[in-house]
Amino acid sequence: MSMINYASREINCKLVYYGPGLGGKTTNLEHVYGRVSPETRGKMVSLATETERTLFFDFLPVDLGTIRGFKTRFHLYTVPGQVYYNASRKLILKGVDGVVFVADSQIERMEANIESMQNLYDNMAEYGYDLTKIPFVIQYNKRDLPNASPVADLEQQLNPGWPVEDAAKQKPKPDPWHEGHMLIERVDGTWIERAPYFESVAITGDGVFDTLKAVAKLVLKTLS
Amino acid sequence: MTGAGTWSLDESDYQKITANLTSLLKESNARCALLVDRTGQLLASAGEQLSFDPTAFASLTAADFSANDQLAKMIGEPEFASLFHQGEKESMYLADVARKVILVVLFDQRTTVGMVRLRVKQTVVDLSALFTEMFRRAAAADSQGAEQAGLLEGAEDEIDRLFED
Repeated sequence: MSMINYASREINCKLVYYGPGLGGKTTNLEHVYGRVSPETRGKMVSLATETERTLFFDFLPVDLGTIRGFKTRFHLYTVPGQVYYNASRKLILKGVDGVVFVADSQIERMEANIESMQNLYDNMAEYGYDLTKIPFVIQYNKRDLPNASPVADLEQQLNPGWPVEDAAKQKPKPDPWHEGHMLIERVDGTWIERAPYFESVAITGDGVFDTLKAVAKLVLKTLS
Repeated sequence: MTGAGTWSLDESDYQKITANLTSLLKESNARCALLVDRTGQLLASAGEQLSFDPTAFASLTAADFSANDQLAKMIGEPEFASLFHQGEKESMYLADVARKVILVVLFDQRTTVGMVRLRVKQTVVDLSALFTEMFRRAAAADSQGAEQAGLLEGAEDEIDRLFED
């Protein structure tokens, strides 16, 4: 739930990085933490187990600039990926303004990606949120690995699109980040919309800021 | 069914909130008080200068409360309306306000948990009325189709520029 604080002149928004265990969610935040100047970010908090696996969440606040005299503060959260941490995973989604799904591109993690995506839809629905109506982007991580699935396969499995019911939105919308790819198009007579996607290698930082900027921009546009 | 929505805190609400927090501190002799929303955002604080990162503190407070809410449900309680964390020198008392925000009071040996609890009770009543009214206003503006957060209306170009490389 974005909050506009007129007293401190800040717009606060909550972004959640979701996805299967060991997919690179925490690595995304660590990269942002390492690259952003200390004046524009806060302390990174990690509630992790002794083996560095996220137990509850990681948290990082960053300022992404000023609009109309208001600081745009984004609170970045990750969730624990392992299946059995669903109770804490669900808590983090409360009041979310934008979601990044970090998929693990490795072919053997396809099942885990699908399961986590389903779990995301279910947990959002329990709060009464509709993932197809809020800012949502998908990041295909670990693109550098030799066993990475082709993006087309990941798209087909994880981002097949949802039907566009609003007649006003039923018009072709090209993907601004990938030439020739469409975010809204007519397929077999039905209008469908897909989430924007990004390829990344979070460990080197490739694609990390592209993903963050895209979702942050979508969130701010919901306020305009 | 869509997203989590938007709400805003204006200058006059903020003044009323800090006035409430300040009087709570005076009456209870506590060190400082913070108000955090359920998503982990710091709304206001009063009292002594904080020696820690308030943003991180706010996110952990919300997580603490959410986790305890779930624990309450597991043992058959609808909620834990307040939590108390006792330290050797510093302690904290947390209380729910209208299911919307969390009041956190930090105190030391200059007062007692009993005194803090007693004074927090009245502050929770006052703040609950304030927040219920704030959220009612936001909901009314929403149902009239008015964009309560019209702050960024027409700012698309500015948003685009912000994210240019």
